[in-house]
Amino acid sequence: MAHTYPQTVGKQSASLGPRRKRRWGGAAPYLFIFPWIFGFLVFTLGPLLFSLIISLFDWPIVGKVHFIGLGNYVEMFTDDPLFWKSFGVTLKFAALFVPLNIAVGLGLAILLNQNTRGNAIFRTAFYLPSVISGVALAMIWSWVYSGDYGILNYFLSIIGVQGPDWLNDKNWSLVAMVVASLWGQGSMMLVFLAGLKGIPKDLYESASIDGAGKIRQFISITIPMLSPTILFNLITSIIAAFQQLTLALLLTGGGPMKSTYFYAMYMYENAFKFFKMGYSAANAWFMFLIVLTLTFLVFKSSEAWVFYEGEMKRKPEKTTKSVRKGRSA
Amino acid sequence: MKRFIVYALLIFCSLLFAAPLFWAVTTALKSQSELYLFPPKWIPSDWKFINFVNAWTIQPFNLFLKNTLIVTLLSTIGQLISCTLVSYGFARFEFKGRNLLFLVVLATMMVPWEVTMIPQYMEFNYLGWINTLKPLIVPSWFGSAYFIFLLRQFILTIPRELDEAATIDGASKFGILVRIIAPLMGPALILVGVFQIMSCWNDYLGPLIFLNDQTKYTLTLGLSQFKGMFGVDMQSIMAITCLISIPPLAVFFFAQRYIVGGIAGTGIKG
Repeated sequence: MAHTYPQTVGKQSASLGPRRKRRWGGAAPYLFIFPWIFGFLVFTLGPLLFSLIISLFDWPIVGKVHFIGLGNYVEMFTDDPLFWKSFGVTLKFAALFVPLNIAVGLGLAILLNQNTRGNAIFRTAFYLPSVISGVALAMIWSWVYSGDYGILNYFLSIIGVQGPDWLNDKNWSLVAMVVASLWGQGSMMLVFLAGLKGIPKDLYESASIDGAGKIRQFISITIPMLSPTILFNLITSIIAAFQQLTLALLLTGGGPMKSTYFYAMYMYENAFKFFKMGYSAANAWFMFLIVLTLTFLVFKSSEAWVFYEGEMKRKPEKTTKSVRKGRSA
Repeated sequence: MKRFIVYALLIFCSLLFAAPLFWAVTTALKSQSELYLFPPKWIPSDWKFINFVNAWTIQPFNLFLKNTLIVTLLSTIGQLISCTLVSYGFARFEFKGRNLLFLVVLATMMVPWEVTMIPQYMEFNYLGWINTLKPLIVPSWFGSAYFIFLLRQFILTIPRELDEAATIDGASKFGILVRIIAPLMGPALILVGVFQIMSCWNDYLGPLIFLNDQTKYTLTLGLSQFKGMFGVDMQSIMAITCLISIPPLAVFFFAQRYIVGGIAGTGIKG
């Protein structure tokens, strides 16, 4: 396609007036977006297709490559206990992390939305941990969680509880990981805060005139008006949960007894520890499909629970219906 | 009464968020004898600022700092230039396939890095770029979907009359971008720059996968190496943790209002 551009430019600038040229622009727009097109082909689309191909091969980083069809997929489903183990760990992590992340983000945003004094200071305090590197975060929490000298067990000892050695106790390591992850998720709170600020005040006023209490207002106004934001945060949380790797690598190394052996870590080790590139690519595609399926299901369900203000405004004009009819006819 | 509860909760939560950071700073300042005490001491009785100097020399952190600065600077410049060009192309031109291509831009945000990680590694390996800083810099020169989206939305808010006036004055499309649009994009470009600086500075997985020689390490990779090292004290680890957290924190304070607005804005649109 590229070699036809110069011709088009010549033709257009010669035959069409400046007005037409401004509207269509000839090759110029493609020149402007060229960096992205090139980057997309070389760093996204190419690798995406290539990873699908190598997932069908036994592909060590050095040595002979040979085609094994769906062999990698068959092996991981039928003959690899670590695959199921790590998948289970990630599901468990997601089941804890996603709802807590939404609840904590929303809770903090509601607190910040109370128009208190010094709001900006509190907001900054909540967001600070999100600014630092995941490595720094992991280092800090490994010290906080230390069984013998950690600050967490010190606080627990004040109220008479003997805390476990968090990261080395297989019953607590995953929970510890969830809490550490929540600590660095300030952007979720900011998104919720913006959503709350966008809810018109008069809705609450008329509701309280009608005699609705605070809890009733929360359920009938705040949650529905915030549902698009909740949808957005739900999806980003799910993706984040499935990609969690840094904390596992640095806090526990997947242990103890594989209790924090995340799926992302399993994939990482297959590729860069055991150099089974083809197998790891198959792992990656499985995860991609799971995340896509989950996202799709969330979107599908959102038709039932997400409320878009714009839709309600449009409906009385009966335009949407007639347009739809026109299209299908 | 309600006010009181809100304030109490706000202060309590702030303490929860700030306590680990505070604990990291005071640990970094502690002497050896006060490090492993139980109950722990919040404030060290003797502030050992020398800990920072000592920790910095355990590994060649000057070199790591240099590598990190190179990567951060070059990739941020690349991101700013490429994303400005691409977003201008999407915002100000009508061309065949524009909407489809823009949809593809948005869709690439959904692709998890795990899927492209292995082929990218093999690509860079083929080019001989493994164990150089190039894999961490070069892709930034071809734009990133999120930033392109952000900048495009911003350009759409700039009145087209400005472009038209400049066209009448004889400006080219590129001239319009450089002289009219780009100067007006200040806040959006600051936001992109700040996000890129922070994500680059804080990046761990990129350096972990693409670098294997210590002379090429970045700061985060250097810090993570402490994990497996024998006989490194906790105050040294915390000292480096604090030192490498200073630049992102400083950038955050400098650009706070852009960041808060930017994150909030994308959330609503998303």
